[in-house]
Amino acid sequence: MDLFEYQGKQYFARFDIPVSPGGAADTVDEAVKVADASGYPVVVKAQVQVGGRGKAGGIKLANNAEETRFHANNILGMDIKGHVVKRVWVEHASDIEEEYYASFTLDRAAKKHLLMLSAQGGVEIEEVAEKDPDAIIKLHIDPVDGLSAAAAHKAAVDAKIPAKALDGVAKILVQLYRCFTEGDCDLAEINPLILKPTGEVHALDAKVSLDDNADFRHPEWAEYRATEELDSREQLARTHGLQYIGLDGTVGIIANGAGLAMSTLDVVNQVGGTAANFLDIGGGANADVMAAALEVINFDDKVTSIFINIFGGITRGEEVAKGIVEALSRVTLKAPIVIRLDGTNAEEGRKILADAGIPESTLISKPTMLEAARAAVAISNGK
Amino acid sequence: MAIFVNQDTKVIVQGLTGGQGKYHGLRNKAYGTQVVGGVTPGKGGTDVEGIPVFNSVAEAVAATGANASFIAVPPKAASAAILEAAAAGIAFIVCITEGIPAQDEAKVFNTLVRDYPKTRLLGPNCPGIISPGKCNIGITAGEIAELPKAGKKNVGIVSRSGTLTYQALYELKQRGIGVSTCVGIGGDPVPGTNFIDCLREFQNDPETDAIIMIGEIGGSAEEEAAEFIKANVTKPMSAYIAGVTAPAGKKMGHAGAIVSGGKGTAQGKMDALRAAGVKVGLNPTEAGDLMAEIIKSIS
Repeated sequence: MDLFEYQGKQYFARFDIPVSPGGAADTVDEAVKVADASGYPVVVKAQVQVGGRGKAGGIKLANNAEETRFHANNILGMDIKGHVVKRVWVEHASDIEEEYYASFTLDRAAKKHLLMLSAQGGVEIEEVAEKDPDAIIKLHIDPVDGLSAAAAHKAAVDAKIPAKALDGVAKILVQLYRCFTEGDCDLAEINPLILKPTGEVHALDAKVSLDDNADFRHPEWAEYRATEELDSREQLARTHGLQYIGLDGTVGIIANGAGLAMSTLDVVNQVGGTAANFLDIGGGANADVMAAALEVINFDDKVTSIFINIFGGITRGEEVAKGIVEALSRVTLKAPIVIRLDGTNAEEGRKILADAGIPESTLISKPTMLEAARAAVAISNGK
Repeated sequence: MAIFVNQDTKVIVQGLTGGQGKYHGLRNKAYGTQVVGGVTPGKGGTDVEGIPVFNSVAEAVAATGANASFIAVPPKAASAAILEAAAAGIAFIVCITEGIPAQDEAKVFNTLVRDYPKTRLLGPNCPGIISPGKCNIGITAGEIAELPKAGKKNVGIVSRSGTLTYQALYELKQRGIGVSTCVGIGGDPVPGTNFIDCLREFQNDPETDAIIMIGEIGGSAEEEAAEFIKANVTKPMSAYIAGVTAPAGKKMGHAGAIVSGGKGTAQGKMDALRAAGVKVGLNPTEAGDLMAEIIKSIS
């Protein structure tokens, strides 16, 4: 789960990482109130999870209440690359002497934590990596040992952080590492990490991505879940506890297993169609799960055919078939289904589907993944 | 021959008294696997359909001589279960648990490397391993795996995805091609056993004549495998990579299946494997067809 900047800053604050005084606001009046409390000048920042906010006019400096009102009014409701701004973050504007970059991630190849640190912050780190790769230091950290204060200090020296900022940067690195590990982040990034003329170092931005698998030990994440940017289809899927990702195509997809679901999208694409979604109903495929899945697919107006791709391993074909028949009796579909049922007891399953008296305009059965994909795409494309 | 497991492998199930552990543990036993015990703290002395249950892995090992463990416990308890098995001297651990936090997984992996170098972990979040006719640990339906055939060419399978592993087994079964061992390494970011570990074993396994590899988007394990194949694998291979059409920045069901910052794309992985001489299919069936051609050409 990706956090908004303001949530990332609030999360940072839990780990004592210094951020600018400020607050989130959903209305112009609230924005002014926060600005008054933070102290002018303030920065009004659009809260959307997309890059290029500044260029789009989503980040503005305000010197007084009147300017805050003006900018907040413009930014709230603004459309930035398809993301509508519902909330702004207003914080006291910092004087910046220098800008750095710091992040922690998991290096999957090395199977260790990775610190990336650079004295060149404030720009896209990918740009720095391309133009001047030596300006970024990469330090692998054994997750069993963790990051010591001494190692953090050495990393800062290696990254050519100037002497006056060394202690401040090293301290924040240790705090950010704690946030990354104890806070169960996939990514914890500060860009820019700034040095103020007064000598203090603090986080001017926050990019935090949380590991969904750790949800069970973070009750405080519930508030982040509530504001997650999901489309209405994804919200409905979540209420049913389904693994669903909304896409832009016209063939609704239901498959059992993440790999098979991904593969189903690929095959649909391969035969000239476009998938409307990714949906993994997991190992089993009982009537309740299937009915919920069909309901979510049915909710998507763009869907013109539905491809159910089931491979029975432990789950037997006849159980899957019974589940589908029962689900069909509960949900009235707007688009026809093409099903491919294969694996353990697939023939028995297909027989149950054939004997259920479902008209061909509602359900067509195909023996292989490829044939089923072709049929679903043909219907979807109106052929 | 087979890799990692064989007919002599003695398995205990950590979590045998739980729903998943019982269901799959008993299925593994019914397949012919030597399931010699179970572990559930506080339930030592009881049994599950004749399989004795112990309070700890150490007790179970002492009583049964087990050398492998099948872990089917919830994510909260999985890390401790893996380390307990390693500490008790278990050489081969299969963990099917899905949903272990990445931070825990990274810690467990590095602890095993450092403190228990002789222990191999398969998974987490994997379907397990089956050596048809000899041993089945995990959730694979044994009946979809074709037995290896003496005097014929047999195939080894290694895969990151559960259902696509079954799909691969099924594709081979339909073509009557025997399987030496099928390993599901799992879809998490830090798998205990990776493609290279399996490819090395398959290359050295006299019963394996060709290899199918099934990868997916995210990370660089397939690219690393391609480098290894180029240098070390002489047996013919076919492959399939899932997720060509997956949007960037989304975890596609598996915690590790994510394209981020333009890295980990299916195309990049397919290119790397092709450059290493692997025949890459655009869907699982095509990978099966390619393998059938390979088998024909070497038979």
